Amino acid sequence: MIIHHPILGPRDAQEFVYLGDATLIDRPDGMTAGVEAFHDYLYNRDNPAGEHRELWYHEQGDRSWLVVTRNTVTHEITKVELARDVARARGRTK
Amino acid sequence: MRYSGFRVIAEALTGHKGWKPVWRDPAPQAEYDYIIVGGGGHGLATAYYLAKEFGQARIAVLEKGYLGGGNVGRNTTIIRSNYLLDGNEPFYEFSLKLWEGLEQDFNYNSMVSQRGIINLIHTDAQRDAATRRGNAMIMHGADARLLNRDEVRAMYPWLNFDNARFPIKAALMQPRGGTVRHDAVAWGYARGADQRGVDLIQNCEVTGMRIENGRIRGVETSRGFIGAKKVGVAVAGSSSKVMAHAGMRLPIESHVLQAFVSEGLKPLIDGVMTFGAGHFYVSQSDKGGLVFGGDIDGYNSYAQRGNLPVIEDVAEGGMALMPAIGRVRLLRTWGGIMDMSMDGSPIIDKTGIEGLYFNGGWCYGGFKATPASGWAFAHLLAKDEPHKTATAYRFDRFLKGRIIDEKGQGAQPNLH
Repeated sequence: MIIHHPILGPRDAQEFVYLGDATLIDRPDGMTAGVEAFHDYLYNRDNPAGEHRELWYHEQGDRSWLVVTRNTVTHEITKVELARDVARARGRTK
Repeated sequence: MRYSGFRVIAEALTGHKGWKPVWRDPAPQAEYDYIIVGGGGHGLATAYYLAKEFGQARIAVLEKGYLGGGNVGRNTTIIRSNYLLDGNEPFYEFSLKLWEGLEQDFNYNSMVSQRGIINLIHTDAQRDAATRRGNAMIMHGADARLLNRDEVRAMYPWLNFDNARFPIKAALMQPRGGTVRHDAVAWGYARGADQRGVDLIQNCEVTGMRIENGRIRGVETSRGFIGAKKVGVAVAGSSSKVMAHAGMRLPIESHVLQAFVSEGLKPLIDGVMTFGAGHFYVSQSDKGGLVFGGDIDGYNSYAQRGNLPVIEDVAEGGMALMPAIGRVRLLRTWGGIMDMSMDGSPIIDKTGIEGLYFNGGWCYGGFKATPASGWAFAHLLAKDEPHKTATAYRFDRFLKGRIIDEKGQGAQPNLH
């Protein structure tokens, strides 16, 4: 698979480390969210067959985190964003 | 029809005219006591043991495609019970004991071959860990032996013992481990279930679940609604898709695992060998092909095919261990979809919906578990309580901090 890095252009997926579903960006506040909510965040996944937004880390590159939109049935990648931009757009400060 | 040596000779003398289809092809009835979703190894074993060991009737197995067309026909056929943790080892040892009696039990030749499995050791720390694991296995009634370097060399003199990075120092062996003809496991269980009145319904995809007042009433399928008192789902690989029909999210990601077979060779490897440090394991089939594999590709996938980098990685692992295979050609590669769970261990449990039961999260180790998984799931379905070897395989272990993490990787499915 080739991941079109927003800054570095087309890069082989082998340069990246895969973390998982991009909902991991939305970590609940551990002090206020209940145990159930944190359990759901940490362990449960939608795991869809089809379009999936997921986190990849460019370990052997610029060490940026990316949100890659990829089809889990065809492996086709349709969108690549910097995770930083995605998180800021969702109201996170960093 | 009962199979025997006499039967084979009798059929040979009469032109093989007596063989009959091994199972019926029934139309679904309006209602069953038990519906098993998934006609793979685990689903068929569940139906077989429900009928045979737990005396239940009115059972159907619903399969989206054809029987045994999923992971039971796509794995590398290894059986073993060399686990460390209390939640796992008794279950897998129960499974290995069932494997040992399986062919007599269901009167079908599944070529159970206890040719032994060795895990190679390269460092003192690994030897300590293997000793501990071997002792844990022995304490749960399994067999384990620590082989020194010379004993490994006597078995496989052509291995690369002096690899600069991973010199072979020793090995942990389980002599009772081995291989089984995987398709024949599905066929044997299917035949045994069919003989006991189980309806095996193929080309029947579950498209929805009818749930009323927190209780399952049946499943919507591509062949219409089928009612059921209890529904057991055993569709590892597609668990998230099927359980989404019941509104459930699972602690599971689906990942692709590749496997490989080389062209046929003369006898080279008489057992099973794992080279964990090099992400490589191998055995040799009775046809002579080296059957081998490595790690999962590492990203969510339902594609049943992997990518080239893992093929290269596995081939490198093989070459590092066995330089002699350098000119052997790869015959086939394929991929299967694994339920990778959050701690690397399976789930056999009730759900929050009355009458709906779940069996999945087998990661890349489902095949060896097939008999015990079927038995334990049948036990849960029939008696509403877990089998004594499967009490740890619960959904709530993540909430309660009772995870069964053999590799200690945490909630990161692609690292298990």
